[in-house]
Amino acid sequence: MNAIISYAHIKHNQVSVNGEVVFRSDSALSLPEFLSDAYKTLGLSYPKFHKMDAQCKLGFLCAEFALKGTEFLTKVDLSRTAIVLSNAASSLETDRVHQHSIDDKSNYFPSPAVFVYTLPNITIGELAIKYKITGENAFFISEQLDAELLVNYTETLLQSGTEAAIVGWVEVDGTQWEAFIFLVQNTENINKNSIFKPLNQSTVITQYNQTIWTH
Amino acid sequence: MDALIEKLKGQIIEQLNLAEVKPEEINPDSPLFGEGLGLDSIDALELIVLLEKHYGIKIQDPKDGKTIFQSLRTMAEYIKAQGKS
Repeated sequence: MNAIISYAHIKHNQVSVNGEVVFRSDSALSLPEFLSDAYKTLGLSYPKFHKMDAQCKLGFLCAEFALKGTEFLTKVDLSRTAIVLSNAASSLETDRVHQHSIDDKSNYFPSPAVFVYTLPNITIGELAIKYKITGENAFFISEQLDAELLVNYTETLLQSGTEAAIVGWVEVDGTQWEAFIFLVQNTENINKNSIFKPLNQSTVITQYNQTIWTH
Repeated sequence: MDALIEKLKGQIIEQLNLAEVKPEEINPDSPLFGEGLGLDSIDALELIVLLEKHYGIKIQDPKDGKTIFQSLRTMAEYIKAQGKS
């Protein structure tokens, strides 16, 4: 049976893991400030993080929180691990930054480091690089988290050679931002002590709505 | 030359988002790519933009980049040689 073994949700300047808020920063902080705080909290040393755009940073941190304390990366075959992400705004936030840099023809300095992030699936690439994952990947655009699409697509992959997956939603559009990532594994490979739920639409929706955010 | 090197350190840290690097940690003679700061190909493009944006220097032949961006010192020497420091 395929199961969700861990999940993380980042929203309202807070991070929840498996439904419980584990990190909260000042609600007045901007997204870059919040991301910097959350990065420090994880105690990571990954210089490439600072080069990422906000969407990649958000997806990266959400995956890190979901993975923390799990044996996911050591128990699965990374060449048979998929990454399936989605959002509504594609890479619009970084597209805007790039557009701004080329608006003024007399001050025309497009940044190569910004331009490389003007595709949503770069978020997948950053996760693949960090975790050395070389399996299937897909990035879907939908108006909101489409649990049915994500579950069906992941199930299809799991029936055709994929053995694990990092799946979810990573969205940044102005002041609206959110990430929700869950880890999927076949239960045959799971430590019996793990708390896991079957992979289905209902589980994803329940877990997505589970966190009680403080405002 | 030293003042220009110090200025370049700050500009490189900012332009390349080297948030975990302090200016004093950058050895002006260490290689910028591979070892040393460990910059990548996108960083190389950013350095080209940096020269144009801050010093008005346009590198005409991309092959020159290998020599110019060997280290912070070679960058500073190139800027000075162009009379743009």
